[in-house]
Amino acid sequence: MKTNFKHVILYAGLSIAATMGSAQAQMRIEISGAGSNQIPVAVAGFANEGVAPHTVSAIIKADLERSGAFKIIDAGVISDVNNVDYSGWKAKGADALVVGTVNAMADGRYDVRYKLYDTVKQSQISNLDKAVTAQFTRLSAHLIADDVYFKLTGVRGAFSTRISYVKQEGRSYQLMIADADGEGEQLALRSNEPIISPSWSPDGTKVAYVSFEQKKPVVYVQNLITRARTVVANEKGNNSAPSWSPAGNKLAVALSKDGHTQVYTVNADGSGLRRVSNSNGIDTEPQFSADGQSIYFTSDRSGGPQIYRMSANGGDAKRVTFSGTYNTSPRISSDGKTLAYISRRDGNFQLYVQDLGSGQETRLSDTTSDESPSFAPNGKYIMYATTAGSRKSLAVVSVDGRVKQRLTTQAGNIKEPTWGPFMQ
Amino acid sequence: MRKISSLALVLTTAAILSACSSTPIKENTPPPVVERPATGQAPAQSDTRTVAPVETKSLDPLDDPKGVLANRSVYFDYDSYSVRADGRPVVENHSAYLAKNKSRQILIQGNTDDRGGSEYNLALGQKRAEAVRRAMTTLGVSESQIEAVSLGKEKPKASGTDEAARAENRRADIVYK
Repeated sequence: MKTNFKHVILYAGLSIAATMGSAQAQMRIEISGAGSNQIPVAVAGFANEGVAPHTVSAIIKADLERSGAFKIIDAGVISDVNNVDYSGWKAKGADALVVGTVNAMADGRYDVRYKLYDTVKQSQISNLDKAVTAQFTRLSAHLIADDVYFKLTGVRGAFSTRISYVKQEGRSYQLMIADADGEGEQLALRSNEPIISPSWSPDGTKVAYVSFEQKKPVVYVQNLITRARTVVANEKGNNSAPSWSPAGNKLAVALSKDGHTQVYTVNADGSGLRRVSNSNGIDTEPQFSADGQSIYFTSDRSGGPQIYRMSANGGDAKRVTFSGTYNTSPRISSDGKTLAYISRRDGNFQLYVQDLGSGQETRLSDTTSDESPSFAPNGKYIMYATTAGSRKSLAVVSVDGRVKQRLTTQAGNIKEPTWGPFMQ
Repeated sequence: MRKISSLALVLTTAAILSACSSTPIKENTPPPVVERPATGQAPAQSDTRTVAPVETKSLDPLDDPKGVLANRSVYFDYDSYSVRADGRPVVENHSAYLAKNKSRQILIQGNTDDRGGSEYNLALGQKRAEAVRRAMTTLGVSESQIEAVSLGKEKPKASGTDEAARAENRRADIVYK
């Protein structure tokens, strides 16, 4: 895919004003706060980008801005992407400059090209060239934003990843898949009964979830591409809380087949069911650690719900949370160092993180009905469900708590968010 | 009914005969005047094969809207998972019915109020359903007739967030399959 920019044909004199994408935003995003060390980046309008259905440079700008890691400097449209005025941009405060072009190809696709310049070192530090169909012009912009984020921060960008969540309008429940910015929403499942706890397979092609369509909670795995649905757990009683092993061959689930809710593992095809937790109370919400060796889960063995860790094969459990009388919904960052969870303090349910090395905990939200945290695959952001006014909406916060976003829709409730993996 | 049916039969026969006959119908024959009954219940006149069903009153006490089995909800206190005194008669009445009617099966659906996470509430609702299940099995209901499940906080009966609504939602419902 990568080609050398020496061969880029220049469209001298072409400077079509960037027009905003015509597709109406499905979600509204409000951003507050900013990162501690914002990198000033000038983002130019891409030459000729009006030919594509989405304005590539506008999507890149929105992605970078939302991350809180950058201060965006508007650079107008730059048509000559090979000869940039380094000192001029440096003087305008930009440490880096993003330029690019979009061209309609003879086969109907769009050739999206970009270059990233370092104005301090006065050199090109990256480039990408993607030939994409109309529907993937948004994706090409997210991939460019990912590249800029990685080249300038050293951390892999997650703008091209996707999220899943449940939209509820009256008695209609819809499992949705959307880009990480809430755009490009697609329906995966519609039901007249609740859907909860979606969980992405590590390859991003399947989602496990709990559906109540049989008047009780049953765990399904749905292939997003083929529509095929597999019942992974439908034992007597409750079947819930699916989460994938990092290898993608197993799931941990919570079942009440023995009379009380306990943690089990099961193969992704529903075979090989095996109980791994062993208490007399509730053990639920299992989550594999990034290395697949441990399972974090919620248990009320000490009275109220607290978070514990055990071997993925079962055995003794170690308590992980000690502050407060109600800690649920554990999620582990991909580097295994940070635990996100919901804690009840003074009657409020709020998002917390704990540094698993030091045990230090930090409250990340100032809302009062938080649920369902999930890490971005790069570990830098946490998405969660919260309540805005009387409606349920989604929020994103950086793990340092400095950058906050809220995603709302025009109607209905959105809940049960889960952030998908990096895609191949 | 009998008169109408006979008339319908005559007319049908006439229609069939006329359709089969190769002799042309006399032009001056006046069309027969038929008086239609006002009720909509009677089958169409040409239809002598549709059967109008009659049902006797059900003797199953489960179907009596005023009977003790009409009450199928057991309520719980906040943060409590044991059957309250006011729920005992509900459990006993349904247990007696199920012990007598071994072919009937039920789901016990536990519910919680809206506070806290979906999954933990699902497990708490299951504890409520389980409390009802245990009480019923001690009263002689077979395990094979009962399944204790939970809807957690996903299907609140009362939508508010005040104490009255929350109390209404801390509940287990008996659902006959």
